[in-house]
Amino acid sequence: MAEDKKELSPDAKARLKAEYGREWRQELRKATPLKDRMKAERRKMPERPPEVRNKDFREVNLGLDAEAARAEARRCWDCANPQCVSGCPVGIDIPSFVKLIEQGKFLEAAWKLKETNSLPAICGRVCPQETQCEDLCNVKKATGRAVAIGNLERFAADFERGSGKIVIPPLPPPTGRKAAVIGAGPAGLTVAGDLAKLGHKVTIFEALHISGGVLVYGIPEFRLPKAILKAEVEYLKRLGVEIRTSFVVGKTATIDDLRADGFEAFFIASGAGLPNFMRIPGENLVGVYSANEYLTRVNLMKAYDFPNYDTPVFPARRAAVIGGGNVAMDSVRTAKRLGAERAMIVYRRSRQELPARIEEVHHAEEEGIEFHFLTTPIRYLGDEAGHVRAMECLKMGLGEPDASGRRKPVPIEGSEFTTEVDMVVVAIGQSPNPLIPQTTPGLTMGKWGNIDVDWKTMRTSLEGVYAGGDIIRGGATVILAMGDGRIAAAEMDAYLKARPRS
Amino acid sequence: MARILDRRRLVPNLHLIEVEAPEVARKCRPGQFVILMPDERGERIPLSISDWDAARGSVTSVFLTVGTSSHKLSRLAAGDEIPVYVGPLGRPSEIENFGTVLLAGGCFGIGAIYPLARALKKAGNRVLTVIDVKARYLLYWEDKLRAASDRVFIASRDFALDSKQYVPAKIEEILGAGPKVDRVIAIGCTYLMYSCAMATKPRGIKTIVSLNPIMVDGTGMCGACRCTAAGRTKFACVDGPDFDGHEIDWDELFKRRKSYFDDEIRSLCYWERKEFP
Repeated sequence: MAEDKKELSPDAKARLKAEYGREWRQELRKATPLKDRMKAERRKMPERPPEVRNKDFREVNLGLDAEAARAEARRCWDCANPQCVSGCPVGIDIPSFVKLIEQGKFLEAAWKLKETNSLPAICGRVCPQETQCEDLCNVKKATGRAVAIGNLERFAADFERGSGKIVIPPLPPPTGRKAAVIGAGPAGLTVAGDLAKLGHKVTIFEALHISGGVLVYGIPEFRLPKAILKAEVEYLKRLGVEIRTSFVVGKTATIDDLRADGFEAFFIASGAGLPNFMRIPGENLVGVYSANEYLTRVNLMKAYDFPNYDTPVFPARRAAVIGGGNVAMDSVRTAKRLGAERAMIVYRRSRQELPARIEEVHHAEEEGIEFHFLTTPIRYLGDEAGHVRAMECLKMGLGEPDASGRRKPVPIEGSEFTTEVDMVVVAIGQSPNPLIPQTTPGLTMGKWGNIDVDWKTMRTSLEGVYAGGDIIRGGATVILAMGDGRIAAAEMDAYLKARPRS
Repeated sequence: MARILDRRRLVPNLHLIEVEAPEVARKCRPGQFVILMPDERGERIPLSISDWDAARGSVTSVFLTVGTSSHKLSRLAAGDEIPVYVGPLGRPSEIENFGTVLLAGGCFGIGAIYPLARALKKAGNRVLTVIDVKARYLLYWEDKLRAASDRVFIASRDFALDSKQYVPAKIEEILGAGPKVDRVIAIGCTYLMYSCAMATKPRGIKTIVSLNPIMVDGTGMCGACRCTAAGRTKFACVDGPDFDGHEIDWDELFKRRKSYFDDEIRSLCYWERKEFP
């Protein structure tokens, strides 16, 4: 089910229509009959073998080659009424870029992507396309297998990066307006790119020492190589975006301080930087990590290369990861790569309810990850040094559907059992980081500690202050954060341009 | 990048580092800390702020060489740059006129209590300061603390000094001698803070400790620094670092502090073999 199918604006519809009517598109449609397009099998993403890749941190997916990409693009019918676009939170003109690939115009395809998505190499890797664009694909409805839009997006973006022909779009004359973006994660990077392209002076303030937010501290190298992120950040710098790392808004300076320094518009994208715990006994034992800490040690601080890097991480023999989302999959696959004999997912619902992407679950299974469904920890047990040595669990049954529409897990009485573990990663979600709300008087908050916004404009309760991404959503996805960023950037642009010159 | 303005050995294993950080200097308050990395491969380590100069745009900390990152830091000099220097982090200490405040500092905490002494004195308190040193040659900043306090006591096991006690015994002695003390603030190693809190507990004097658990990001994002205060899990980086010492689960804190004991040694040996072949 597509999570966020949205009605396209009349403008967007008109643009799609105009592109659809172009001569080259008409010719391309005629060149291959529909029944041939339907006969072609979906091209499989080449992957490194599981028993090899589960011992290192290099990327699992290898990417389509040019021949496969063109063949896959040919599967797309170039529909008159493309449903896929309304499944994309940033509204990418999917038919246009796919048809450019079919024609072999790979650079043009990448540029087409970049008109609406500043981070295509990242989205092509980490977006849940199967529940968004690909879920609405008409080819899927007819043949059961959607066009591999995500794999094609990745292909075009990688081709552009590999070609060394990254083009900086012509920039309008500077508007003389200053905008501050708080947080260099997917939402912040999107806003910064959009505003810079509109001629505004943008400064990103990032608390950590490397830009990327969850893309750098959270998502592991084997799913998103850091070199790709680095290239995207370099691109933003070339657009004139300034990035101040090691700057904690709320601590190093408040939003009011930045206003006094001449910033006129603000975008708060400080993320879901507050890990949730279950509040069960033994959770503070040594060896029980939040997923944020575990992944940050490994990804940001490079603990996988200890002692070449100074930050350590426990090498587990038996690792249990609590949760069933993408962060849980990243954590458990990381534990496996760091040498765990048994790396286990412990999830309180069943396989059908797993929130992680199917591809991630599939990859994890191939790599030898154990899945323990309908199980929840109730207590951790420690040794005399205070290090976790076992966990007591309870089996669950599934009851009636809850507010999320998924069947609610119900404890089965008397089903307690104890299993030996020497490391636990708690990956049950994050809450919005409280630092900015605490230090910004007048900012209206929701009941989950999130910043309240008007969802049409991303405007907060404060004049000139916008917000997006996980600080308003709790733990969501990269592409939803970027979607928020697109809306906010357009609104901020209008706000900045309407402001009287001081 | 942040430029080091001064890096000096104060006494064996304890160093002062002054870093150019105008924005941090403009914002910092007593009781806060910074996080820094000595080089691109270093750990992010938290250091208490011991002094700052908003006009000069600099922030000073005193640190103990423990693991690889602090040893690397101790080998840097004025003019060198470090890749990460971020702050001021944590909530500032409560500063108001409490009446009489007894400050206890040991190790790097001798430096860390200095801004508190200064601010508490300014707020109208009578400030009694106890400096804990194992031996005379480990004493530093005595003059600065004397200038900022009403009275300074030295607790030491060095027979050359007049006092021959560890800090909790000294606190007992001071409290026993009569002055009404309204608040005790202890900063230093975990054991010092623990023993100060234990010394004041029977008398019910509010005792604030500045906790120093292992941290990574220092902004509440990772939860490495979690500790238990009054039965609830807290993140020392954003809920602290100051806590009521009578409410802390000390056993848990001691154990969590030692989480990476073996790794620290392994890392240090590895670094020393490269550094001193």
